[in-house]
Amino acid sequence: MASLKNILLPDRYVNQVVPTNGFTTLLTFFTSAAMAFLIVFSLAMSFAADRLAQSWSDSLANSATLRVSAPLADLESQTEAALNVLSNTKGIESFRLLKTEEQQALLEPWFGPKVPISNLPMPRLISIEEDENGYDRVGLRLRLAAEVPSAVLDDHTRWREPLVKAAYRIWFLGWLSIGLVFFIVISMMSLVTRAALSSNKKVIEVLRLVGATDQYIAAAFVRKFAFRAFFGSMLGAFAASMTLFLLPSEADQTVILAGLRLEGFEWSWLIVVPLSFFVFTFLTARIASLSILRSLT
Amino acid sequence: MESVAYSYGEELLSGLDISISQGSFYFLTGPSGSGKTTFLKMCYGSLIPTSGKLSVFGKNSSGWSRDEIAYLRRKIGVVHQDCQFLDHLNVADNIALPIRVSARNSLSDSVNLKELLNWVGLSHRSKALPPELSGGERQRAALARAIIMSPDVILADEPTGNIDWEMSQRLIRLLIELNHMGKTVVIATHDLNLIRFTKASVQARVLRISNKTIQLAGSDL
Repeated sequence: MASLKNILLPDRYVNQVVPTNGFTTLLTFFTSAAMAFLIVFSLAMSFAADRLAQSWSDSLANSATLRVSAPLADLESQTEAALNVLSNTKGIESFRLLKTEEQQALLEPWFGPKVPISNLPMPRLISIEEDENGYDRVGLRLRLAAEVPSAVLDDHTRWREPLVKAAYRIWFLGWLSIGLVFFIVISMMSLVTRAALSSNKKVIEVLRLVGATDQYIAAAFVRKFAFRAFFGSMLGAFAASMTLFLLPSEADQTVILAGLRLEGFEWSWLIVVPLSFFVFTFLTARIASLSILRSLT
Repeated sequence: MESVAYSYGEELLSGLDISISQGSFYFLTGPSGSGKTTFLKMCYGSLIPTSGKLSVFGKNSSGWSRDEIAYLRRKIGVVHQDCQFLDHLNVADNIALPIRVSARNSLSDSVNLKELLNWVGLSHRSKALPPELSGGERQRAALARAIIMSPDVILADEPTGNIDWEMSQRLIRLLIELNHMGKTVVIATHDLNLIRFTKASVQARVLRISNKTIQLAGSDL
C-alpha cells in the first residue's frame, strides 16, 4: 500500500530521484501509444465481427425457402400442394410465394437486368418465416417428400453456419490480438525496467546508502513507467478513435473497413485501455524492479 | 562484534572482537587493503559477516531483513571518500535525500536543512549540482547528508582523502562538534596528522587493523 501511495500521490522527490533523461521513458511512451492504437483497432474489429455474426445469425435464423422444381406442366399443381402443406404446418408464422419480378431481382447479379426468366424453366420459390416456437423441420421434410416430391426445403443452415463461424473467428482473432499486444507490453515493460535499473545502478547505490527501502526505489522507477505508459496509451487510444471516426460508415458497403467502429458502451474502452496499460505497466515494472533490486547487493 | 570474520573468497578479517560505546570517537587505521572499508561496511549493513556475531543497536546482523538494513542506515550517517551523490539533484536536494526516502515531515525538515547548510558552510552553494563542487565542498555536503537524520553514529571512510589539510581540519572540527553533541564517530584513515590533530581536541581512540584482526593502538600516536 505504501508503494501504491508513492505511485499515486504527488511527490516531487519520488519523481526526481530517478533522472528523466534516457531512451527508456520515450520508448515507454511511444510504444504504449502504438500498442493502445492497435488494441483499440482490434477491439473495433472484434465488436464489428460480433455485430455481424449476430446480425447474420438473427436475420437468417428464423427464415427458410421452399424450392419447387417440377416439370413445367406440373409446376403449378406442385406449388399449390406445397402451399397447402405449409398452411397446415404448425410453427410457421407466414409464407409467401415469390413473384416473378422478385425472382428476377435475385438473379440479376448473375444474369443481368433484362433476362426473360418467364421463358426459362425456373423453379418457384416460397419464402417461409417461422414463429417463435419454430416448426418441425424433419416432419415437414417427410411430408413434403410424400406430398410434393419436387419440393426442397432450404433452412439456410448451410449458409448461415459458416458465415457465423467466420464472424466469430474474426471476433476471436481480435481478442487474441489484444492478448498478444498486452503480452508484448508486459515483455517490453520488463525489459525497459531492467534497462533503466541497470543504467541507474549509481542512483540505486546512493538511495540505499541513505536508507531507501527497495519499495521506495521501485516506486520511483515504477511511477515513471506507469504514468508514461498511461499517457502514451491515452494518446494512442485517442488517435485510434479519431481514425475510426474518419472511416466510412457501415452503409457504404463498397468500401473496405466500412462498419469498423465502436458503438454505445464500446466507447468506454477508450478509458479502459489506458487504465489497463497503467495497471499492467505498474504491476510488471514493480515485479521486475523488486526482483532486480533483490539481486543487486 | 564477537569473533567476526569476513571473507571475499579469501579471508580478509577474522576474530574481530570489539564493542563501540555510544558517544565515543574512534579512528580506524591500517594499510590500504587491510579491511577498513569492509569493517565500516559491516557496521552499516552493506556487508554481512561471513562468521561471528555482529550486533548494531542491539540487533544481530544475521537476522537483518532488507528493510531492516534500510532502517539501520537511517540511524547511521555514512561519509565516503568518493562522496556518492545524485548528480542530477542540487546540493540541497542531495542533502535532504535521507529525509525524503524516510518520508518525514518536509516542512520542519526544511528549517533543519537551512541550518545544516549554514553549519557546513554551503548555504551559498545549495543550488549547485554536485559536479560543480570542490573536493572540500563535496565532503562537507556528504557530512551534512550523513547527519541530517540526526543519526546516533557517523561512519566516515577516508573523508579527508581527496582534500587539502586546511579543509581536512575544517571537516574534522565538524565531526568533533558532532561528537561533543553525543554522536559516536568512527573514521577510517591512514592520516596520522589528522589523528594527532583530533586527539588534541577530543578523547579519540585508535583501532589498528593488521594481520586480519583489529587491535586498540597505544597512546604513542
